[in-house]
Amino acid sequence: MSTLREVATHIRAKNAGPFWLTVDVFLPDRLAFDRVVASGLTDPVVVGRTYEVDPASVRVFPIPDLNVVKVSFPRPTTQGSRDDRDMHGGQQFVPLLDLPV
Amino acid sequence: MTDPIRVLFPVGMLGGGFPPETVARGIELGADIIAVDGGSTDSGPHYLGTATAKTARAAVDRDLRVLVPAAHDAGIPLVVGSCGTSGTDAGVDWVHDIVEGICTDLGITRKVTRIYAEQDPAQLVELLAQDRIHPLGTAGELKPETLERCRHIVGLMGAEPFADALRDGADIVLAGRSTDTALAAVLPLMHGLPAGPAWHAAKIAECGGLCTENPRSGGVLLTVDDNGFTVEPLAAEARCSVRSVAAHMLYENADPFRLREPAGTLDASGAVYTALDERRVRVEGVTFEPVAQQTIKLEGAASVGFQSQLITGIRDPEILGRLDEWCGVLIAYLDKHVPSTFGLNPDEYHFSLRRFGHDAVLGEAEPERDIPPREVGIVLTVTAPDQATAGDLAKFANPLMLHLPIDDDSPFPTFAFISSPAEITRGEVFEFVLQHAVDVADERDLFRTVRTVVGQ
Repeated sequence: MSTLREVATHIRAKNAGPFWLTVDVFLPDRLAFDRVVASGLTDPVVVGRTYEVDPASVRVFPIPDLNVVKVSFPRPTTQGSRDDRDMHGGQQFVPLLDLPV
Repeated sequence: MTDPIRVLFPVGMLGGGFPPETVARGIELGADIIAVDGGSTDSGPHYLGTATAKTARAAVDRDLRVLVPAAHDAGIPLVVGSCGTSGTDAGVDWVHDIVEGICTDLGITRKVTRIYAEQDPAQLVELLAQDRIHPLGTAGELKPETLERCRHIVGLMGAEPFADALRDGADIVLAGRSTDTALAAVLPLMHGLPAGPAWHAAKIAECGGLCTENPRSGGVLLTVDDNGFTVEPLAAEARCSVRSVAAHMLYENADPFRLREPAGTLDASGAVYTALDERRVRVEGVTFEPVAQQTIKLEGAASVGFQSQLITGIRDPEILGRLDEWCGVLIAYLDKHVPSTFGLNPDEYHFSLRRFGHDAVLGEAEPERDIPPREVGIVLTVTAPDQATAGDLAKFANPLMLHLPIDDDSPFPTFAFISSPAEITRGEVFEFVLQHAVDVADERDLFRTVRTVVGQ
């Protein structure tokens, strides 16, 4: 069993407006893409648990043409609010790095 | 067959800088318009709350000193969207002032149209009462109080206000808050080119060179025609690949295929990307679904109070080994003594504590928070109803941040303040509070236009 960080070529996170976060996982080939899709990354429950958001609000986009998996979910804190820790959402990919694939 | 339209997008954000020769190259390639975005919400609510720009005036001036004469000499329009970062009226006037100075210096005359996007909260309260404002996505129903709390509210304009200004003969259009795409889509749409390629091309270009393999090298030229569009980098050594172009639809988008504009929704799920050569990518197969009910999205920033901060460094391994405990002692002391000392209710002030070097960025989502850190910067942020109170609460916390022992019988420690005074004044702080859209009969309805002639 390997981890997402070992399989992916690049993983990034970013705001999608002030109320949403999005994480893009770039994979090297179709084989890796299929493995990641078969793992928990496309399961809203896994994403919801990792970021403490309601799984029903998690949106999952497997994009085989690009070998990319994208997940989007409401920001646990609104961008720039008193409790926000990451203004641009740029470091929010890290909790997914050790996801077993 | 409609003539193709070429849109020069020099940089992702005005003030970001670009090699001037890339603009000259775009003009040589036949650019019909220069479009540049001046803003975003991405740097947070401060800029909308204060109606100030994130970018330095000198940097915006430097970029416009390339773009204004380039558009003048080529006889093509220059359009700027979301002026002054947040697209407030003050932001539009700020860029107008810069443009006026440049035209005067260069001895050129330009017809400038300003399009204002700021909204009157009282008018929005009326529209809300008429059931014309609706929540987007996960937002709740809007309350009139929320609109009234906002210091500034802007509406995101689509392409039509830009089109009106260009039809009226504007040489330069300076717009308040607009969708990132409207300024690049407008000219192809005006010339009757299909909406799918026009909006999709604009989305691909909205961050300048980010859709290329060499994002720091400059912007891109879009050529929109009847069947699709072609994107090519403006820097001779830069190149677009199918991957770099297609991947840009992912960027800062919750949904990588669908993008809502005031007039409808771009659907890129059928996009076909083809490399024309080493540098250029062709895109076809994208559609645009017009909506019966046009809507204008709102952005609003409201004050959450005034802040002061204290930063101290801890390197003592004993304390770092029991850091959760130490932070617990600190916050418990403040919670116990602040209300009685200052006569404040607990809901009138707020302490937030971040531990840089431990779990400051990810908080409870941090997967490795049990590993003892080597050193930690403790940042205490105080929020209060006014700056004087925030400063006083920070002063109250100062001795603890300097000397708090972990137990009553522990030796008296001294931690590492980074400055004197240790308290840092942050001023008034804001939060985004609107995630709503207004139903409009016409997408021009919420925007106002002023025409001037600047320069000699």
